[in-house]
Amino acid sequence: MIKLLKNLKPYWKNVVGVLTFTMIGVLCELFLPRLMGNIVDKGVVKGNLNYILTTGLKMIIFAIIGTCSMIVSAYLSSKAATGFGRDLRRMIFTKAEGYSLNEMEKIGTSSLITRTTNDINQMQQVAIMSMRMMVRAPLMLIGGFVMAFSTNSTLSRILLISGPLLIMVIAIIGRIGFPLFKIIQEKIDRINKTMREELSGIRVIRAFNKVDYEKKRFEKANRDLTETFLKVTRLMTLVMPIIMMILNFTNVAVIWFGSNLIDTGNMQVGELMAFIQYVMQIMFSLIMVSVIFIMFPRASASAARVNEVLELESEIVDGTDNLPENKDGDILELRNVTFNYFDSETPAVKDISFKVKKGETTAIIGGTGSGKSTILNLIMRFFNPTSGEILLNGKNIKDITQDELRKHFSLVPQKTVLFTGTIRDNIKMGKEDATDEEIIEALKIAQAYDFVMKNKEGLDYEISQGGKNLSGGQKQRLSIARAIVRRPDFYLFDDSFSALDFKTDKILREELKKVTKNSGVLIVAQRISTIMDAETIVVLDDGEIVGMGNHKELLKTCEVYREIAQSQLGEEALKDE
Amino acid sequence: MSEENNKTESKRKSRETVQPRGQGQGGRFATLEKPKDFSGSVKRLAGYLKPYKFKMILVIIMAIGATVFTVLSPSIIGRITTSLYNSVKTGAPIDFNFIKNTIFVLIGIYLIAAIFSYFQQFLMAGVSQRLGYDLRKQANEKIHRLPLKYFDSKTVGEILSRVTNDIDTIISTMQQSITQLITSALTFIGIFVMMLIISPMLTLITLVTIPLSILITKNIAKRSQVYFSKQANALGELNGHVEESYTGHVTVKAYGRENQFIEEFNEINERLYSHAWKAQFVSGIIMPLMSLVNNIGYVFVAVVGGIFVLRGNITIGAVQAFMQYTRQFTQPIVQTAEIINILQSTVASAERVFELLDEQEEDDESHKVVKLENPKGEVEFKNVTFGYSKDKPLIKDMNIHVSPGQTVAIVGPTGAGKTTIVNLLMRFYEIDDGAILIDGVNTKEMKREEVRRLFSMVLQDTWLFNGTIKENIAYGKENATDEEIIRAAKLAQADHFIRTLPKGYDTVLNEEISNISQGQKQLLTIARAILANPTILILDEATSSVDTRTEILIQKGMDVLMKGRTSFVIAHRLSTIRNADIILVMNNGQIIEQGTHEELMKLNGFYADLYNSQFAA
Repeated sequence: MIKLLKNLKPYWKNVVGVLTFTMIGVLCELFLPRLMGNIVDKGVVKGNLNYILTTGLKMIIFAIIGTCSMIVSAYLSSKAATGFGRDLRRMIFTKAEGYSLNEMEKIGTSSLITRTTNDINQMQQVAIMSMRMMVRAPLMLIGGFVMAFSTNSTLSRILLISGPLLIMVIAIIGRIGFPLFKIIQEKIDRINKTMREELSGIRVIRAFNKVDYEKKRFEKANRDLTETFLKVTRLMTLVMPIIMMILNFTNVAVIWFGSNLIDTGNMQVGELMAFIQYVMQIMFSLIMVSVIFIMFPRASASAARVNEVLELESEIVDGTDNLPENKDGDILELRNVTFNYFDSETPAVKDISFKVKKGETTAIIGGTGSGKSTILNLIMRFFNPTSGEILLNGKNIKDITQDELRKHFSLVPQKTVLFTGTIRDNIKMGKEDATDEEIIEALKIAQAYDFVMKNKEGLDYEISQGGKNLSGGQKQRLSIARAIVRRPDFYLFDDSFSALDFKTDKILREELKKVTKNSGVLIVAQRISTIMDAETIVVLDDGEIVGMGNHKELLKTCEVYREIAQSQLGEEALKDE
Repeated sequence: MSEENNKTESKRKSRETVQPRGQGQGGRFATLEKPKDFSGSVKRLAGYLKPYKFKMILVIIMAIGATVFTVLSPSIIGRITTSLYNSVKTGAPIDFNFIKNTIFVLIGIYLIAAIFSYFQQFLMAGVSQRLGYDLRKQANEKIHRLPLKYFDSKTVGEILSRVTNDIDTIISTMQQSITQLITSALTFIGIFVMMLIISPMLTLITLVTIPLSILITKNIAKRSQVYFSKQANALGELNGHVEESYTGHVTVKAYGRENQFIEEFNEINERLYSHAWKAQFVSGIIMPLMSLVNNIGYVFVAVVGGIFVLRGNITIGAVQAFMQYTRQFTQPIVQTAEIINILQSTVASAERVFELLDEQEEDDESHKVVKLENPKGEVEFKNVTFGYSKDKPLIKDMNIHVSPGQTVAIVGPTGAGKTTIVNLLMRFYEIDDGAILIDGVNTKEMKREEVRRLFSMVLQDTWLFNGTIKENIAYGKENATDEEIIRAAKLAQADHFIRTLPKGYDTVLNEEISNISQGQKQLLTIARAILANPTILILDEATSSVDTRTEILIQKGMDVLMKGRTSFVIAHRLSTIRNADIILVMNNGQIIEQGTHEELMKLNGFYADLYNSQFAA
């Protein structure tokens, strides 16, 4: 939390302003009881009407000044706190955009989203509360104490007992209460989880006739939650009555001892009346301060999470060299590439070497977890290889900028991602200055033209968040069109045809061949039928290359390939070969 | 808080942000959901409180008691002040006896008020928690009586938020706001009465401040609501953008568009800032303005009261008490305004819960008695017609006959609706016309449970629960012995991987079931199906996101499972398709061709096309 507070620096003027104006506001507020006391002691007791009126006027002026300064302070604190939130958000987002996949995975996408949104909101909220309450409450507390002390120092000793008592009670409640609330949260999670399990498994539950069993499971969680909740709330409802009792008994003590002081002539009635009000102000400030202390740990958990993001540097650093031209067309080469994920001891891919040449199709096959997508991510430099090197036209890709590198590639990722915006916007991601003609051509090749034009908006059709208004196959075709419009030197397809029906898949791949004639194609697949006709097939198993060659060669030489072929195509199909 | 906790918490939160609900972000002045039928829903909710009628009455009595005593105390303190003042003014000795007695009365009043307010909260906690329990239980039972159609038309998150968030809202309102509302209203009345008793003239002065504070609260609240809803919209937009950017990180980077996304983010972020600070500012000035009104009232009372005391119209203690009352007077008004907002969104929550409770249930089947004692597994579709919506029939007049032990392969492109057949067989959905017969008995004449007892299914979408592996396998058969479980696991080729886990069969699958791989999950579901020993099988051969070796194990397991049983297979393997006794070819939700492999190839239609594009080199 402290570390992040330095981001308040641009707003130091505001913060100083908040402090000053709050101070003025508090002072005004604190003077009112004293003036009121004066009305009684100097005005009413002595029968001075004029004094009463002028003091009343003074009080109103004080009240107005107080309110005005609080308003100014609210203005300054709102701007500072929300500005602080805005700056943090901008910093964290900019940082995250620079992350490689490694950092992304370290933190986790959903966690990163929460940190950018909820955590920062949480902190902004705390900043607002701090500037409103945290500044005001201690000032009120100190001011109240000073005023009370100056009104009557003997009577102030009561506060030395009841003040600490109040703090102690609140501390004890916090100590007991927090773990209890945590337990409740766990039980709520438990019941939510049970419910979620039941909802997502509703078919299986019914298929196995387990409705009664599930009802019992839920009943148990429900009863458990209710009982714990009841216990805790009944305990926590003690809080307010106890605090009120402390406040009220303090009052009673003040009155009793005050009466004695009046009796001995050491105090006046109006002073006693003012004193009672100061006591109330002090006690309420104490409660507020304690609340802030309770709030603080929660905010500091958020702060720690935000900090973690801000301090995590991307491991990918741009190189400075230029990419050399290659007359025979670009060549991509992997040389003994090994890669470990940050949290794993065993490498995801090990000692991978192969080449992708212009005009040729290279395919990688293997099951999930065999490291296929990892290889594509390494080529795009979303990760740095742990050892070995990746060369583009003979240049290590570490030595050029990421922008330069990625200009040469079109990646169609496994998980199709489209963004909110029109179809045109989405395709243009591939090429910023693409004309409508280019876009339409790409759509035609990707077999997307027909369905796009079916909507009367055509290219202006708005895609909703996550592409929810398109089918899986449509999304995939658009993401292929986006890759095509770029006309890159290399196409990287990561299992990119899985959502297409077989007919479309076939036509698309035939059309695609015409465009990719002059490019290198690297295609990752799980289905042998997709890649049977590739010039080179790389067979991956458990992160290692276990075979390389074309379909026919591999059937003869590679055990794993044959196994895959057998299970996918069946014995008979292989016999036909 | 551990990082682990944070993660699950953040997951939950991010799921919540996906829900398009207005609550949360903006605090008390955020955009409100308006209930559809306020009074109707309140009445219905009140109906739930009937069993706790006695307790509720007690709560109200306690609340009245607590408020009366709290309201009384300032005027009693005032009496002490008056006595002190008079002594000072007249020079007489202070009447300590009177003061002592009054203080004892005061202590008694404080004690009683505290006890009353504690018991009122105590009782209310009981009532609201029981109510929550009842509602959750009802919702859960309801869910098990709803037809599958309901679940297919809604997301898990949507239904879940009714059972959890909405019910939680109801409970916390019951627990806090209801008693607060009662207390606020009573305090307001009580203070008003006390003030009138002390001095109608001073009361009049104070009353002037009330419309002023209502005016301020209302005006500012209205304005801040505008800013808060703008802020909420901008925040929603920002969250959407962040979510999109992070989940599409690879794509953004691949096409080098980081800067474009940062620019867009900055634009939304600036907009959010400009609404946010205004919202904060406007809501932040309510307090100072209110206290100004309050203080002005306070000053007037002090001045006018002082003059009255001077003239002997009123005692000094009365003025002191009166000043305390004016300080407390506006509070209940503000509180009531807040509670009314809370009540509105609570009733909206209640309506969503009621909506769930009112959904149409599956037909009652308790009168059906037909059972198959020794099922053989003969399945027949007779003129079956079905559509997810009545006006769009997907299956028209379908007839197939499957002899015991035969295999039916269902083929077709992704999204062709292959699960429809599963839905009909298991009676997850009811057919519109015709009949499905098992061993010659119409499945409609049996209870749904009886029909489902005949089946086991292994789907690609594996479902396991947070429990041990043993418990998960035994889900298919009650009271299964360990030997049976292990035998099933062995047949399913799952025994080996289970034994390599540190705790073997007692390994607990974690909450997200992420401590075993997708393929291993599938092996467990096969073991579960083997243990259940069904007459008829439903299998999905799709093994995407499974590594090649496990895939081979899964297929071996499935082969064991299919032996000698009638099987409906959503087929992906050529051998399954070729060897099937009947192939159903589906496209766009409809069955377009059916027959054996040879027959269909001869037909040279969709199937032949599909077959050639997928399997022929």
